[in-house]
This record gives sequence, C-alpha cells and structure tokens, in this order.
Amino acid sequence: MNIIVCIKQVPDTTQVRIDPETNTLIREGVESIINPFDTYAIEEGVRLKEKFGGKTVVLTMGPPQAEAALREAISMGCDEAYLVSDRAFAGSDTLATGYTLAKAIQKIKNFDIILCGKQASDGDTAQVGPGIATQLDIPQVTYVKKIEEADEKSAQVERMTEEGFEIVKTSLPCLFTVVKEINEPRIPSLKGRMKAKKAEIVSWKAIDLDIDEARLGLTGSPTWVSKIFTPPPRPRGEVFEGEPEDVATKLVEALKDRLNS
Amino acid sequence: MSIKVINDKCTGCTLCVKVCPFAAIEMSSKKAVIDLDKCTLCGACVDSCKFDAIELKRDSGKTPNLEEYKGIWVFGEQKKGVIQSISYELLGKAQELAKKLKTEVCCVVLGHNIKNNLQELIHRGANKVYVVDSPELENFLDEPYTNVLVNLLRKHRPEIFLCGATFMGRSLISRVAVKLHTGLTADCTGLDIDEKEKFLLQTRPAFGGNIMATILSKNHRPQMATVRHKVFKEAEIDTSRKGEVIVEEVPKTLLASRTKILDIVEEVTSTINIAEANIIVSGGRGMKSPENFEIIEELAKVLGGAVGSSRAAVDAGWMPYSHQVGQTGKTVCPKIYIACGISGQIQHLVGMQSADIIIAINQDSSAPIFTVANYGIVGDLFKVVPLLTAKFKKALNK
Repeated sequence: MNIIVCIKQVPDTTQVRIDPETNTLIREGVESIINPFDTYAIEEGVRLKEKFGGKTVVLTMGPPQAEAALREAISMGCDEAYLVSDRAFAGSDTLATGYTLAKAIQKIKNFDIILCGKQASDGDTAQVGPGIATQLDIPQVTYVKKIEEADEKSAQVERMTEEGFEIVKTSLPCLFTVVKEINEPRIPSLKGRMKAKKAEIVSWKAIDLDIDEARLGLTGSPTWVSKIFTPPPRPRGEVFEGEPEDVATKLVEALKDRLNS
Repeated sequence: MSIKVINDKCTGCTLCVKVCPFAAIEMSSKKAVIDLDKCTLCGACVDSCKFDAIELKRDSGKTPNLEEYKGIWVFGEQKKGVIQSISYELLGKAQELAKKLKTEVCCVVLGHNIKNNLQELIHRGANKVYVVDSPELENFLDEPYTNVLVNLLRKHRPEIFLCGATFMGRSLISRVAVKLHTGLTADCTGLDIDEKEKFLLQTRPAFGGNIMATILSKNHRPQMATVRHKVFKEAEIDTSRKGEVIVEEVPKTLLASRTKILDIVEEVTSTINIAEANIIVSGGRGMKSPENFEIIEELAKVLGGAVGSSRAAVDAGWMPYSHQVGQTGKTVCPKIYIACGISGQIQHLVGMQSADIIIAINQDSSAPIFTVANYGIVGDLFKVVPLLTAKFKKALNK
C-alpha cells in the first residue's frame, strides 16, 4: 500500500503575538513546527505501511526551510520526502495550493491513500485536503478517526460527526483528513533521527510539474486579503474574591438578566 | 475563454449532453457539438467527460460575465429530514445582505422525502427554496452532494453562496468551490457588503484568533463562505411570508458515489453538542478526578448548557475528546462560557475567546484565564460550583 502524507509547516500559533504599535504579527522568535494535526496524519501513514507494507511518502509545499518539517516526518518513519517550492507559489490561497499539491501528487504517482491533517493551525480552513481530492478526482472522507480495514481496492473508516460517527466504506485511491483521536504520534527514535539527517529531499519547482502557471500563486487565487487587523482586546473583567457564598451570589446577580432573556 | 470538442477523442457517449445545465450540447454524427450561443462556459461537460475530449480554456481563471450572477443562496443542511439550526442562522444574515444588494434569498436543500418540510425556510426568509429529492441524497455523501450543488449553482448563478462550517459543510463546500473554480473563505465571523463595489466582505480570524482578515473574491462567482454555529442570530419566523418551493431534477449520473455509509452511530451523551451550545460549563486539570465532573454536569444541566473540557482533562482520560475545547479540539462560540479549574493556556483560549461572556473560576488569581474573563471568581471551585448550581436553580425557578 502506497501512502502520501501532505503536511504544512506553520508558525507555532501559540507563540504568535501582535506588535501593539504597528498592529502586525511579530514573527521573530516564533518557532516553525509541523501543523499539529498533520502529525497524526504522518503517524497514521507510517502505521498503515507497517501493517500492510508498501511505502509512505511525505509531501509539502512551502519555502525552502519547510525541509525541516519533511526531515522530522522521516524521523517518524516516512520513507521519502518531496518539497514543492517556488516563488511562483507565493500568495497561493487554498484553491491554488490544492491545485499545486495535486500536480505534485500526479508526478509522484502510485498512491492508494492520501492523508492530511483535518486543518492547519495557522489558517484553520480545512479546505486544502478536499481541494486536492477534487483536483485529482478521487473520493474523500474528512474527519477520519479510525481506519478500520483496507485492501488494494477499498477501505473502511470511521468519520467523526457532530452527533457521533459514521462508518464509511470507500474505494481506493481516496483522500482522508484525520482528527487527533486517530492515534498518538510517536516520538522519533534515535535511528529515525539519524536517517532523517541523511535523507535526500526531492525538491521540485513549478517548471518540474506539468502545471498551468495562471493557476499558481497570487494569480491563481480567487480570494484576496483586503485588510488585516487585530481584534479589539477584551475589556478587563470584574473579579470577585471572598467567601464562596458571597462570590456565588454576586455572580448569579450579574448573570441573572442574561439568562432570563 | 473558449471551449471545443476534440473530435478524435469524443466517443459519442452522450454523457456531456446529459449533464449540461443549459441544453447546449447535441449529438451530430455521433460526436458532441456545443452550441456556443447557449453555452455559458460553466465546465460541467468538461468534468463529466471520461475521455478528456472537451477542452475549456480560461483567461487566468476569472469567472466570465460576473454581472449575470444574482441572488444569495444558503445551503439548507438537513439531517434525518430536519433542517439544522445553522441554516436558519445563515438565512438571518442572508436577508441583511440581500437588502443591501436589493436581491433575493434562496435556500437549497438536498435529501430524501423532505419536500413537505420546507415551509419553515420560507417563514425564516427564503424567497425560493430549491429542492433535490432522491434516495441517493438521504444522507450526506461528498460526491453526489457536490455534483448536484455544482449543477444547480452553474444553472442559477447566485452571486453569493453561504454554508455552515459544520462537519458536512466544510467537507462539501471545499469540493464545490474547486469544481466551480471560485473563492471560498472558511469560518467567517463577519459578513458585509462593500458599499461601492458590492463585493462580499468576508471577515475571519487567523493565527489562532490573534489577527482578523477581511477577504474578497473580486473576479470569481459565486463568492462562497462558511460560518460557524452561533456566530449569527437565527432568522425570526414570520408565518405570513410567502415563497416558492422549486423541485429540481438532476441527471442520475450526478448521484453516483465512490463512498458509502455503512452505519451512522450516535454516541449517547446526556449533554448537548458543544459546537451548538449557547452555554458551556468546562472543567480542566483543577477538577482533579473524573468523578468531580459531576458538579460541572449539574451546573450545565441547570443552565441548559453543555459540558466542555480542557485538553489536560481529556489527556488524563477524564472526558471524551468530543468535549475538548481548544486548538486541537473544537472552537466554540457560546453566549456564556464558564471555565472551572482551567488555567487558560493559549491553546485553550484560542478555542473559546470569542464567547460573549467568559466566567473563570480558579484558585490561582494569576491564572491567564482571568485575562479574558468578564467575571472572575478566585476561590475553591468545589465550594463555589455547587453553590452556583443551587443559586441559579433558584434564580431561574427550576
């Protein structure tokens, strides 16, 4: 079974702060990490390979430094890594990104399952996974929390919903986006780290892919960011201290009208 | 923009004739012929052709004839034939936008045996309700739902299409946007119309809520956006409203699916789904044990709310993952959020800081949760929470 895992390198959003004077993101000193949801996709990709044989390939689109994310994926057990990186991709929205990754996947060829995290922690769109599946014209199952069975032709998975889950059978190839519940990502072994250090990363530019340049980057992106601003800070609240009986009474008084409305 | 049939590749299978929403393709000498006067270059035939025999060239992908796109469409999400509240929330916003654009609001519902369930959508503000009713559409499946929606959107050409950011909506709408080659903005918290240019202004949080961005789709239609639960108010019911229910037929080929639902499992929980809840009472590491969540559940019950949890409590095995609020859990937007024994790590805050009112109960007065709280109680939650339950019960006459 051949698996392709698509990952994204993101700034650690828990470290992102706003410069109060310029109203811009302070990026200095903010670490780049693998999108937390993608670590579950990597783990699942490696587990599927361990169970069924075959190989697990990891793919990312991003700046040259995204190579670090690919090496980390190799240290967790992925066999090959591909970096798609070109200035022509800059400014890609989810449509252009999905298109570019789909083209890279068509070049890698021979895949049964494509895995993505359910969304990236910086953009939170959850659109690129389904976008890739649509561009490749393959089925998708989103929010997968368990891959139960798989053979060459089909797979049976559990898909999370608001009320519980669905048991879904799909033909392969298929793209799955996975949720945290699916597994517990492993800590890379020393051997894995050594392998990652030496691993060759295949790097492709736009020219290496069979690609329509009008559909890349800013030109190929229907959505434009017209304004960026910081949300107004929450006003400093009221703090009650003292005897439990008193503070509970004060809070109920403060909320009563809202609850009755 | 141009479209043509490559005769060498065309096998005369007639699939494109069936899917064309504008009846612009006919067969002539066993080859497809496109009537360019009727053709809108929508691309439905290109998608349907299994032999790559139809070639469509787009000029840098722009949607042609932008001004022909009119009206606002809302996806009417149904489960077991019941329209979900998110659709009523979208209808409320859609009416506001329609007023500014001087246009109409339409709702589109896919399902089976739902034809008699649709008056409420009209009472909540839809001028027209488009329905596709078929056994294949009873439950949500990505492919048939996508194909049918794409077919209808190409045919009716709304300028705006809104959908809930639900497990169904986010999965479905991403596919639809790619097929229509248009822009899509996820999880909008604000929607408005640009007064001069009449664009849809789509505002959403990014970087874990640290910044807000306003996004436009200038050259592509429909302008598509998803919105989470509880961001907008439900449209009011007015039974005097009149509207039209239009039943649409689609070609059977659009209903095929490579995925199949074998079973739908509803996990039995005594609580409400946190994504839809108006009030959430959450517990964290400070709860100390799973048994102690009982006092949280009691408070939630009195308030008619749901029970949430921090990641720490989920990782400790005290609460199921479906209750987790925060970066790797769910993002929630209730009217009232009560955090009990949650210190307020940024990973938690990004999942709940858009709540209208936040209440923090914690022993440590320096806990970061107090920086976002409208009301804070510094004290022992094991004493305070049961007192709150009793006092709210009395105040609410329960």
